[in-house]
Amino acid sequence: MARDEPIGQQAAAADLRRSFRPKWRKLLPERIARTILLLCSGVSILTTAGIVLVLVFEAFQFFREVSVLEFVTGTKWTPLFASKQFGVLALVAGTTLVAIGAMVVALPLGLLSAIYLSEYAPDPIRRTVKPILEILAGIPTVVYGYFALLFVTPLLRGISEDIAVFNGLSASIVMGIMILPMVSSLSEDAMRAVPRALREGAYALGATKLEVSTGVVIPAALSGIVASFILAASRAIGETMIVTIAAGQNPSFTLNPLVPIETMTAYIVQVSLGDTPTGTLEYKTIFAVALSLFAITLLMNLLSQYVVRRFREEYE
Amino acid sequence: MAAITPSEFRKRMARRKWQGRVFHGLCLLAVCIALTMLAVMLIYIVAQGWSRVSWSFITSFPSRHPDRAGIQAALLGSIYLVAIAGVASFVLGVGAAIYLEEYAARSRFARIVQINISNLAGVPSIVYGILGLEVFVRSMDLGKSVLAGGLTLALLILPIIIIAAEEAIRAVPPSLREGAYGLGATRWQAIWHLVLPQAFPGILTGVILAVSRAIGETAPLIAMGALTFVPFAPDGLLSRFTALPIQIFNWTSRPQAGFHEAAAAGIIVLLVALVIMNGAAVIVRNKFQGPNAG
Repeated sequence: MARDEPIGQQAAAADLRRSFRPKWRKLLPERIARTILLLCSGVSILTTAGIVLVLVFEAFQFFREVSVLEFVTGTKWTPLFASKQFGVLALVAGTTLVAIGAMVVALPLGLLSAIYLSEYAPDPIRRTVKPILEILAGIPTVVYGYFALLFVTPLLRGISEDIAVFNGLSASIVMGIMILPMVSSLSEDAMRAVPRALREGAYALGATKLEVSTGVVIPAALSGIVASFILAASRAIGETMIVTIAAGQNPSFTLNPLVPIETMTAYIVQVSLGDTPTGTLEYKTIFAVALSLFAITLLMNLLSQYVVRRFREEYE
Repeated sequence: MAAITPSEFRKRMARRKWQGRVFHGLCLLAVCIALTMLAVMLIYIVAQGWSRVSWSFITSFPSRHPDRAGIQAALLGSIYLVAIAGVASFVLGVGAAIYLEEYAARSRFARIVQINISNLAGVPSIVYGILGLEVFVRSMDLGKSVLAGGLTLALLILPIIIIAAEEAIRAVPPSLREGAYGLGATRWQAIWHLVLPQAFPGILTGVILAVSRAIGETAPLIAMGALTFVPFAPDGLLSRFTALPIQIFNWTSRPQAGFHEAAAAGIIVLLVALVIMNGAAVIVRNKFQGPNAG
C-alpha cells in the first residue's frame, strides 16, 4: 500500500477489503451444515459396514466351534436338537426350492404381462393396469403368508391329499405372485426403452406383432429383462414371512415341493421367536445363516447390475 | 432363397397371423391371471375378516379368546414405529440427499455412496433386524424397545428416502440456486430458503411411500426381538412393543379359526392404513406440484 495516499482513502480501501473477507458469522453455519450433512450420508455407508461387521464377527465366533466344511457341505440341520448337526445345505435347499418355484410362476406371467403392456395394450389400459399390478408389490408379505396358508394350501390339498399342511408349493405360488410385478414392471420399462424405429423397420419387412415382440423387442431389451429376473429371484431368496407361515419349520435336503421344509429366513425367525439363550452355539447359528443369506443376495444384486452394464444395447 | 407360390404364401401368412392371435391371447391371459389373484386375495380377506372389524376390535387388547381379541397394542405399536422411523429416516435421508446432490455431486464419495445405496436396497429385510438387534438393542442398550424397532426400520427405508429426495432435489432448476448465489447467498442459505421448499413435496411423497413400506414389515422386527403377545399399549420410547403385522402373523399361526378371522380383520385395518398413506402421497404430489412441474 502506498504510503503517500491520503488517510481517508486508505481507510476506505481497508473497509472494502474487510467487507469482501468471509465472515465467520456467515461461514460457521455453513461449515456446521456441511459437516452434519456429510455425517447423514455417512450413515448409509455405516449401515453396510455394520451389517458386514456384525455378521462376520458373530459368524466367526460360530465357526470357531463348527467347521466351515461341515457347514457348507452338510445336509442335515439340527442345531436345536440334542444331536446337533450344522449342514446349511438343508436350509439352502428349502430356500432354493421356494425361489425356483416362485420364478416358475413369476417368469412366464411377468414376461407375458410385460409384453402385453409394452406391445399390445392401448395406452389407457396400460396406464390403469400397470399401477394395479404394482399394488401386488406393495402388499405386506405377512398378508401373502396368510393367503398362502389359509387359502392356497387348502385348495391344493383339495386337489391332492399327498400335500402336507406346510409345503413349499403353496409358498412358491404365492411368492411368485408377489414378485410378478417386479418382473413385469422392470421388463416393461426395458422394452419401452427400445426405439420405435426398430419395431417399424421390422413391420416394414412384413413381420407380425408376435415376430416383432419376440424377434426384435425382447432381444433388444434382454439385459433389462434378465436383470429383472435376477432381482426378482434375489427378492424371493430373502423373503421371510410367506415361507415362515406357509412352508414349515422342517429343514430337509429335498426339492420335493409337497412336504414341509424350512428356508434360511424362516430359520432365523424360528430362533428369534424361540427361547434359545443368547450367546449359545445354537443362537449363533442365526448369524452364520444370515451371513450366507446376505452373501447370496449381494452376489445376485451385483450380478444384475453387471448384466445391465455389460450387455445393455445402446441405441442413439 | 427359394421363391414360394402365392398359395403357399397365403397358407404361411394365415398360420403366422393365427400364431400372433394366440400369443396376444396368452399375454392378455397372463395379465388377467395376475389381476385375478389380486382380486381373489382381497375378496377372500374381506370375506374372512369383515365381520370382525369393529370399534371394539381396534380398542381391545389381545386375548386368549379369539372373539374378544383386539389390536390396540399392535396398532399403537405400529404408530410409534412409523413415527420414529419416519422422523429418523426423514432427517438422515434428506440430509444425505442434500449432501450428495448439492455438495458432493459427481465426486468419488458420492459415487461410492450411490453404489452402496443400490446394494443396501437389495439386502433382505431380516438382515436389518439382526443389525438392529446387535446395534440398537445390545450395543446402544436400548433394549427390545419400540425406539430400537423404529430405528431399525429407519435404516431399512433409508435407501428409498435418499433416492426419492435426490430426485426431488435434482428437479429444482439450477437457475434458482444461481440467482441466490448472485445475490450473495451462501450455499446453505440457497439450500435452506430455495431448494428445500421447492423439493419438499417430492421429498414428502417419497417419505410417505417409504413409511408405508415400513408399516408392513414383520421379519426385521421379529429378528430384533419384538414381542408377539403384548397386553399393554407402549407408554414411552423404551417400552416393549408389538406391531400390527406381527399380531397378524401370530394369529395366522394359531390353529383356531377364530384367530384366523381376527388375523383377516387385522389385515383389513393394515390395508386401509396403506391405502390412506398412498392416497396421501398422491394428493401431496398433485396438490403441491404446479402444472408445469415434472
